[in-house]
Amino acid sequence: MSLVQVTDLTVEFGDLKAVGGLSFTLEQGAALALVGESGSGKSTVASALLGLHNGTGARVGGSIQVAGTAVHEASDDELRRLRGAKAAMVFQDPLSSLDPYYAIGDQIAEVYRVHTRVSRRAARARAVEVLDRVGIPDAQRRSRSRPHEFSGGMRQRALIAMALACEPDLLIADEPTTALDVTVQAQILDLLHTLREETGMGLLLVTHDVGVAAESVDEVLVMRHGRVVEHGPVADVLGSPAEEYTRDLLAAVPRVDARRAARENASSDPGAQDAQDVVLEATGLRREFGRGKGAFAAVDDVSLTIRRGETLGVVGESGSGKTTLGRMLVGLLEPTTGEVRYEGHARVGVNPAVQMVFQDPVSSLNPRRSVGESIADPIRARGERDEKRIRGRVTELLERVGLEGAHYDRYPHEFSGGQRQRVGIARALAADPRVIVCDEPVSALDVTTQAQVVALLGELQRELGLALVFVAHDLAVVRQVSDRVAVMRRGRIVESGPADEVYDNPQDPYTKQLLAAVPALDPQVAARRRAARRELAAA
Amino acid sequence: MSGFGGFLLRRAVGAVITLLAISVLVYVVFYATPGNVAQITCGPRCSPEQVRQVAEQLKLDDPLYLRYWHFLVGLIAGQDYSTGTSVAHCSAPCLGLSYQSDQQVLDIILTKLPVSLSLVLGAMVLWLILGVGTGVLSAWRRGRFTERLLTGLTLAGWATPVFVIGLVLMIVVCGELQLLPFPQYVNLTDDPEQWAWNLLLPWLSLALIEAAAFARMTRASMLETLAEDHIRTFRAYGVAERTIVVRHALRGALAPVIALNANNVGSAIGGAVLTETLFGLPGIGQELVHAVNVVDLPVVVGMVLVIGFFVVLANAVADVLYAVADRRVVLT
Repeated sequence: MSLVQVTDLTVEFGDLKAVGGLSFTLEQGAALALVGESGSGKSTVASALLGLHNGTGARVGGSIQVAGTAVHEASDDELRRLRGAKAAMVFQDPLSSLDPYYAIGDQIAEVYRVHTRVSRRAARARAVEVLDRVGIPDAQRRSRSRPHEFSGGMRQRALIAMALACEPDLLIADEPTTALDVTVQAQILDLLHTLREETGMGLLLVTHDVGVAAESVDEVLVMRHGRVVEHGPVADVLGSPAEEYTRDLLAAVPRVDARRAARENASSDPGAQDAQDVVLEATGLRREFGRGKGAFAAVDDVSLTIRRGETLGVVGESGSGKTTLGRMLVGLLEPTTGEVRYEGHARVGVNPAVQMVFQDPVSSLNPRRSVGESIADPIRARGERDEKRIRGRVTELLERVGLEGAHYDRYPHEFSGGQRQRVGIARALAADPRVIVCDEPVSALDVTTQAQVVALLGELQRELGLALVFVAHDLAVVRQVSDRVAVMRRGRIVESGPADEVYDNPQDPYTKQLLAAVPALDPQVAARRRAARRELAAA
Repeated sequence: MSGFGGFLLRRAVGAVITLLAISVLVYVVFYATPGNVAQITCGPRCSPEQVRQVAEQLKLDDPLYLRYWHFLVGLIAGQDYSTGTSVAHCSAPCLGLSYQSDQQVLDIILTKLPVSLSLVLGAMVLWLILGVGTGVLSAWRRGRFTERLLTGLTLAGWATPVFVIGLVLMIVVCGELQLLPFPQYVNLTDDPEQWAWNLLLPWLSLALIEAAAFARMTRASMLETLAEDHIRTFRAYGVAERTIVVRHALRGALAPVIALNANNVGSAIGGAVLTETLFGLPGIGQELVHAVNVVDLPVVVGMVLVIGFFVVLANAVADVLYAVADRRVVLT
């Protein structure tokens, strides 16, 4: 009998059909990835496997068999015996997925004791054992730590340890690495791979990232609008997709090993640049946070120049100081030492010619004001009082970013994530800037939307001669948009240069490590890289 | 300074500044109050000559800053007071003498405070048990009949004035059923058993009102915590709903409850006037209302300072409890 057998599964939330007629099977010890964009219903399926929709008001139809339990008709008690014992789940956000008030070892022990009749002491010992197994150093001592004392990667290891505690037959991982840095992601994916080899458990991986799927599974199921688009062995689906949607999805995924498409813009030619072209220049920027013993420098001695019409990519992991740097360039933060010069002149405070596009299009727009009003703010701030002209200019900007002038009076919640980011870009353009600093402008978006927003930024740059500073953690996206790249680590730039040089021939060991950690779309390449990482770790 | 000692020191300094500011405010407010204080203090039948004497004795004609200065000096160094025929010494910390009775304000406070503390702290235990218990139960049984019943009851409790509950309790328990004698305050030190029996009804009526607010707050806070990701984790690992509610959700939901409790304990010490009046408890609240009516400035200032002290204290205790409940909180 199969480990998982889902037949004609439907899940409805009120009027919304999240999953419609989905069927698949997963054999003992096999690995399957559910891949899709947000809203495709992939996480809903994962939750349905453990009966987590019970009591939430969702209507679940069809049949679900997991490790010998008929989930669709199981009682609460039967479900509890399944959850954690035979099928365990690892969630996306490891910070919020653990109880902040209890020690990590105690939380794992609690789950273990739910399913086994052992003493507290024995459960605690088991917790230390599994923590050690997932590579938490000094597990005995660290098991007494609370979640906030762990880094993101260690928290995710702890959650995986919790999943392993009862030796389940099936591990369900719902976006297990989405909240993590790329190097940590590689470690976690390698850990899952090793554990699967050793324990022979089945893996159901839910992810929006095709690369993550390629690294980790044997079979892929592509979902869209709650239905199966394509299902087959990973090499076939990713190598020669049969469906158009799969092809579009794969085409939208930025590749770290592909060069940027050539542009007609002459400024990308490094030889043609001279000092006059420099619009923004930062010298010796340093920014400290905290005081006394708690003080640390988020950005330390960073110097860079941005030329007219070019894109400078700033790439780094979380905590590398890239956002702090971006804010100092715009003037939202004052540097502790060093200065930012705009067209040769030192600036203090916010400079209207340098604008910013923020990461989260949900929280960076005021939900209680129409998007037109938000875009009009910079225009009003410059002293424009003529309502007709303001409205005309906003309409023009809305149309420029691919929205409609009639959207002026709509509110942010009426737009999709990609549309909201277009509104954010329109707002940045409203001040007629020469430079736009984009802080993770596409990291909250699906790949197809991401590709559209990146294309829009490129278009605007060509037409308006804008200089862009593109701050992001995603190495592939940065390569697709940048003329030059600066790699940041712990507040410093460790390597910078023309994008293709840095990516094709990295000099700094950290850059090498970052590039090696990017998931490859080709499963064979992924396997080779994993082997290389293992060797590197063993050496 | 860091650590617990530093926290206490900073809190103490803050409390002293707060209390001094409150005392200045009370002086200013009373100075600006219309009405002849000397006449009120002396009584309606005093002759103008007697009223003048009283005004002189109480130094009512001194400017505001001088009167406040005398108050500060008395607080720090003690003071001598002329009562007409003799001189009374009031040693530091001296809050002055009552205009009405010539008693030292500190003595008045020390006789009233145990009554108020007995009432409020006893009621607090009851309202926490009732309120938090009801809140947890309605969060656990959300959407079911139990929750609707509890919600109805707590809303009714919230909407009922304390003297209605108190009166009904007294009429039923003491009058009709004759289970208890009508309450009369007995000192804890004199007879602990009688103390408790006599305070039972006041405790209940104060607690029932307060418990309603705690039940609503606990329920809302619990529902918020129950929607968090880490609760989902434990559900997905087969932990029973009861354990999740009691062990994981309640702990996360406690912070606002602790804050509300600090606030309510602090203010109930001086603010449980209705309960005190209804059950004839000679507490701070009753005395304060009386002192305000007869413009007895030293007593009002003293009482307000005591109440302020307990509000500050309750909030400091709440901060320590936060830090105990949640290791991520650092006391500063």
